[in-house]
Amino acid sequence: MSFSWARPYEPKHPAMRWIDERLPLPRLVYGAIGGGYPVPRNLNYWWNFGVLAGIFLTIQIVTGIVLAMHFTASTDGAFNSVNQMLMRDVNAGWLLRYAHMNGASFFFLVTYIHIFRGLYYGSYKAPRELVWMLGLVIYLLMMATGFMGYVLPWGQMSYWGAQVITGFFSAFPLVGEPIRIWLLGGYAPDQAALTRFFSLHYLLPFVIAAVVILHIWALHIPGSSNPTGVDVKDEKDTLPFHPFYTAKDGWFAGAVLLFYALVTYFAPDYLGHPDNYIPANPLATPAHIVPEWYFWPFYAILRSFTVDFILPAKLWGVLAMFFSILLLFFLSWIDKSPVRSGSYRPVFKRFFWLLVIDVIILGYIGGAPINAWRVAVGQIAAAYYFLHFLVILPLVSAFETPLPLPKSITESVLHGEAAEAAPAGQKRPRRGSVATAG
Amino acid sequence: MRFILGFIGAVFAGILLISLFSNLATYFTNPPAPLAADEFHKEPKALHLSSDGVFGKFDKRQLQRGFQVYSEVCSACHSLSLVAFRDLAKLGYNEAEIKKIASDWKTQVPSINPDTGEASTRKALPSDVFPSPFANEVAARAANNNALPPDLSLITKAREGGAAYVYSLLTGYANQAGYKNEKGEELLKKFPDAKTPPNLHYNPYFANLNLAMPPPLTSDGQVSYGDGTKPTVDQMARDVAAFLVWTGEPTLESRHAAGLAVAIFLLIATILAYFAYQQVWHEAKRVVRPTGALDPKNQAKIRRAKGKAGVAG
Repeated sequence: MSFSWARPYEPKHPAMRWIDERLPLPRLVYGAIGGGYPVPRNLNYWWNFGVLAGIFLTIQIVTGIVLAMHFTASTDGAFNSVNQMLMRDVNAGWLLRYAHMNGASFFFLVTYIHIFRGLYYGSYKAPRELVWMLGLVIYLLMMATGFMGYVLPWGQMSYWGAQVITGFFSAFPLVGEPIRIWLLGGYAPDQAALTRFFSLHYLLPFVIAAVVILHIWALHIPGSSNPTGVDVKDEKDTLPFHPFYTAKDGWFAGAVLLFYALVTYFAPDYLGHPDNYIPANPLATPAHIVPEWYFWPFYAILRSFTVDFILPAKLWGVLAMFFSILLLFFLSWIDKSPVRSGSYRPVFKRFFWLLVIDVIILGYIGGAPINAWRVAVGQIAAAYYFLHFLVILPLVSAFETPLPLPKSITESVLHGEAAEAAPAGQKRPRRGSVATAG
Repeated sequence: MRFILGFIGAVFAGILLISLFSNLATYFTNPPAPLAADEFHKEPKALHLSSDGVFGKFDKRQLQRGFQVYSEVCSACHSLSLVAFRDLAKLGYNEAEIKKIASDWKTQVPSINPDTGEASTRKALPSDVFPSPFANEVAARAANNNALPPDLSLITKAREGGAAYVYSLLTGYANQAGYKNEKGEELLKKFPDAKTPPNLHYNPYFANLNLAMPPPLTSDGQVSYGDGTKPTVDQMARDVAAFLVWTGEPTLESRHAAGLAVAIFLLIATILAYFAYQQVWHEAKRVVRPTGALDPKNQAKIRRAKGKAGVAG
């Protein structure tokens, strides 16, 4: 932690001192989420979503470990182990399953908000480039984990989703088909694919947890960013993480968990697809194959390439889809504006909201059945996605005149009421204008 | 680096524009033909069951009637392979009744002869799942013009529209000759090729309009209910749809009850946590503004500022 006023850990209880002298774990926790981590005092609620992502990762790991105890990783047994034994005979098995299904959706939901918060407030800029990149690594791991988890119940969408997504690799000439067969362990999804997906689906969340530790570690070097994007200057600009942000995260997490509980208990299948309640059948292709909602924008980009121009359309689609995420790694070098926060960048701000709308449109197009008009809208939206990041953003950052930044975080919070900013209990000099009032 | 990335972006956008033009060109030069299935397919009719909604609970008498329809009509072709006879206890049947239902079931359970080891069958026990009416898929297709009657355990979860779809399908068979949609267009005049092939049955609630299943509920009184309910076709369809909601989700009631308790708990916890947050931040916020928004001094200031800006209120 680079703030000189971060308080060193002082054990209050002799037992804690005893532990701290032998294993400085209490010191580590105190420095990470206690008084040892000063946080800008002006964070808004968009800054709550990182902690929420951590909460949902924990929920997924805990429910997932118990679910694995009841799962049969075989093509004959997987569907019934989930839909018969777990849902009917295991005590509260339905709760575990629905909590895990919807937990994945909520994990992605809060992560998307977290990513867009980073995009708006320039959290990818120096000195937080590695925080951003580690976050993208987490996101890629989440996508792999989410995809493989959806295959496990071995329903129709599981099977055909696996077929389509591993089929991406066969778009590459020469090496593509061997890679696909190697990944699946066969010519089509079957027992070999199911078993290895189960194994990796159990492994990857722990890899995610490890990268989350690196993500937080890298964050705690420069400290959290803030809505003004102005660097922290002195102690007045910060508050210790505990109790201030634990309290703020606490109540907000309660509110989001309430929303999660309502979906889990009262509309558990709303975010799923009915076809996944039909056992996998390699001989019957569903009318339209769609992945889970959190992949829809990328699925729309994939399907938007419909012309064999030099390369086959499918290869264009696959390249564009992979690149649509990879380009985010270069963001710190694409957007060179020295101003971090979008609040002080009038032109950037407009394009940012256009991007949000664009991604929502891509999401809708990716989830809906195909027709010529939807494909056309998807093609325009996909083109905007690439132009936004690779053409518009560098131009905006070069030509935009940002608004004047506040001198400090404290000033931005005070809105010109600096005279009243005396610490609690301290007497302020009375001024005429105030004395005449009331 | 920015030039290389910008170039890549322009290439992708360019290919997308070429795709867009070719897509639109195809659409206008060779517009897709309208499909009978698009224009004559109907969304499911509304169906309200007591299990709907946040406080939804099963109507056990209706489930028993629905089970009766399943056992007397549907079970001739459709299996229920995820449900066991013992599960019927949740419908209000007692142990003796369940034993009798299982041992009287028209299909027996595959077994082996304990003396010779040869394949044979035995009477079902409460611990058995409902035996399939056909020995295997080939036998099922052979008996049904090569169509496979789906297992019904999860049917209300596996179809868009759920129970309403099942109810609509069962009551939605129509005579194709002279059939008109809501717009008054006559199917066979608009799409003469869409005539239902032999051995299929016209049903606008089915995705491609032609269903292999012959109408299963054909006349009122096909099943005689013990509880005095009038067994109209509509009533039987409703009852069996309700029963199939139960087979798909037998834990629905405990889910609703637990959900309510969890929601109330989280609501109270969140409110308490919010007050704790206010309490914790009170101190920090005072550094910014020594008194609250309700302080007369601040009120006066707000009024003055509003007056200056010409804002009312």
